[in-house]
Amino acid sequence: MAKKTKQRMRELVPLQKAPTGIAGLDEITGGGLPQGRTTIVCGGPGCGKTMLGIEFLVRGALEFNEPGVLMAFEETPQDIASNVASLGFDIEKLAAEKKLFLDYISVEPSEVAETGDYDLEGLFIRLQNAVETIGAKRVMFDTVEALFTGFANPGILRAEFRRLFRWLKDRGLTTVLTAERGEGTLTRQGLEEYVSDCVILLDHRIKDQISARRLRVVKYRGTKHGADEYPFLIDQRGMSVLPITALQLKHEVSNERISSGVADLDEMLEGKGYYRGSTILLSGTAGSGKTTLAASLVDATCRRGERCLYIDFEESPQQVARNMKSVGIDLGQWSDKGLLFHEAWRPTQFGIEMHLLRIYKLIEEVKPQVVVLDPITNLISSSSEKEVYSMLLRLIDSMKSTGITAAFVSLTGGSDSLEGTNIGISSLTDTWILLRDVELNGERNRCLYVLKSRGMAHSNQLREFVLTGDGIQLVPAYIGSGGVLTGSSRVAQEAKEKADALLRQQEAQANRLRIDRRRLALQAQLESLKVELADVEREAAETGLEEHQREAELKLDRERMAESRGSK
Amino acid sequence: MPSKSKAKKSPKSTIDLRLYVAGQTPKSLAAISNLKKICDDHSDAAYHIEVIDLVKNPALARDHQIVAIPTLVRSLPVPIRKIIGDLSDTDRVLVGLQIVGPGAC
Repeated sequence: MAKKTKQRMRELVPLQKAPTGIAGLDEITGGGLPQGRTTIVCGGPGCGKTMLGIEFLVRGALEFNEPGVLMAFEETPQDIASNVASLGFDIEKLAAEKKLFLDYISVEPSEVAETGDYDLEGLFIRLQNAVETIGAKRVMFDTVEALFTGFANPGILRAEFRRLFRWLKDRGLTTVLTAERGEGTLTRQGLEEYVSDCVILLDHRIKDQISARRLRVVKYRGTKHGADEYPFLIDQRGMSVLPITALQLKHEVSNERISSGVADLDEMLEGKGYYRGSTILLSGTAGSGKTTLAASLVDATCRRGERCLYIDFEESPQQVARNMKSVGIDLGQWSDKGLLFHEAWRPTQFGIEMHLLRIYKLIEEVKPQVVVLDPITNLISSSSEKEVYSMLLRLIDSMKSTGITAAFVSLTGGSDSLEGTNIGISSLTDTWILLRDVELNGERNRCLYVLKSRGMAHSNQLREFVLTGDGIQLVPAYIGSGGVLTGSSRVAQEAKEKADALLRQQEAQANRLRIDRRRLALQAQLESLKVELADVEREAAETGLEEHQREAELKLDRERMAESRGSK
Repeated sequence: MPSKSKAKKSPKSTIDLRLYVAGQTPKSLAAISNLKKICDDHSDAAYHIEVIDLVKNPALARDHQIVAIPTLVRSLPVPIRKIIGDLSDTDRVLVGLQIVGPGAC
């Protein structure tokens, strides 16, 4: 009973993992390869099996203090050392420091004759010696299947393999085993039958002459793992796997606003500009000023002292800098100050995953606040629309989660519908600014409007987009019966309005004068009437006084008369 | 623990043999006794036999490129020949060591 409980307790301990240190792989596997167990890395020739294994060993020795043993069957240590030197791994130095033990096992079938029963104890002795010499925690076999060509008796080999895996497990060695992929099976010799803890499949395919590497965790016993095919690449800093599993819509959002670099455009966006961490799409037809608008954002960003990453698929940084100078935007100064990182490469240079990974790596290195991609539409030339869409989805997701403001420039072809983006990413973006040309009266003028901008009461106006020597100006366009008036039509309209206004002003002035005159006349009239009235008043007062005197005299007379009568 | 076995007749040529074993396993012991028997039966050459126990000298396995146990190596005359197994198949041992030609017996 007690034993049973103890056993159950032991089972509850979660699987321990040995981190590989390979960018992205640990995220997919939830922490690394199963510790103390064997992982098979299988795939066709040239798909990067050995690279994965060696990086696992090297990073284990360097970063996790777990020395490793490399049992090489196919290449000599010297060959391997020079192969991985390009990744910056100095395995000879590691071997000298006793962090790595290299053993090359040569199996030459032509040299060997079999005469009766044998086993592979020699291999075990070598392995044990190697493990004990450096206190290894990790082991890699590359490619153990070579033994099948060296020895004729498959029965003995299979028994010995079983013994080997048990031996490794008993000693708690985290092992990577590379194996060639077989026809219809994961490995040519069916090694996955013996080792069933973890199987990683690598794939290298060519599509439209562009190579793409992919990694899939076929099986990982006892743990949750990403089940998709993940693109990966091998470059001068080793292997990196694209870590994004799924679009998780759980980003932190910012209420902070950042300037678009164009005062008039900020005005259209509630007077404040874009939201920080939002995704901005600048789409438009050829020559409508998309890059200039993007460069304005870059300029504003660097002016605030923030870092900006500008990835160009069309023009060289020098060319963009020169062109932007003509509209008063000096990008060169920001590059010099180390605020602007202007990278340019051709979209056809590599496959879509490579683009994404390069962008990721640049973002990681530069740590920008704003990223500009110019133009995303060119990426289609290196891949299919669906893949570009999924790449941008991942990119947007990753940038949103880190609060990076992203601006994508998208070119709308002449025949495409204006409010459609080739890659259909409009729904993924927060602010969509559309630039278009308007042809009228023998002129072609640029117009701009904010098609959408999530979370703000943006302007609904169509503005004329004027490129001046001092940057971009947005002039309200006229909308009349003839349509939108831009360019010289707008100027003519403006002149007409000005003349009309002058006329109106003059009329008003004349009216005012007339009224003033009338007022003055009336006031004069009023004055003379007042004088007349005063005369009348005085007359009236004089008349009243005379009457009063007369009455008084009469009264006096009457009293005198009464006096005279009464005395009689 | 090198053990030596010399031919009685005057040697026509010297054959240097090294037998790699790993401890006193049945396979190792069988190989040692089979080798001695073959050398005694075919004593028209001078044999110099060295038995190397890799359990005692594990580093030699790497230095001498030994994978299978038991392995018999003919280091002289050149070219080097390697025979693996408990040497129970006498004919194949003889062919392998080129003591006799393939059609001789």
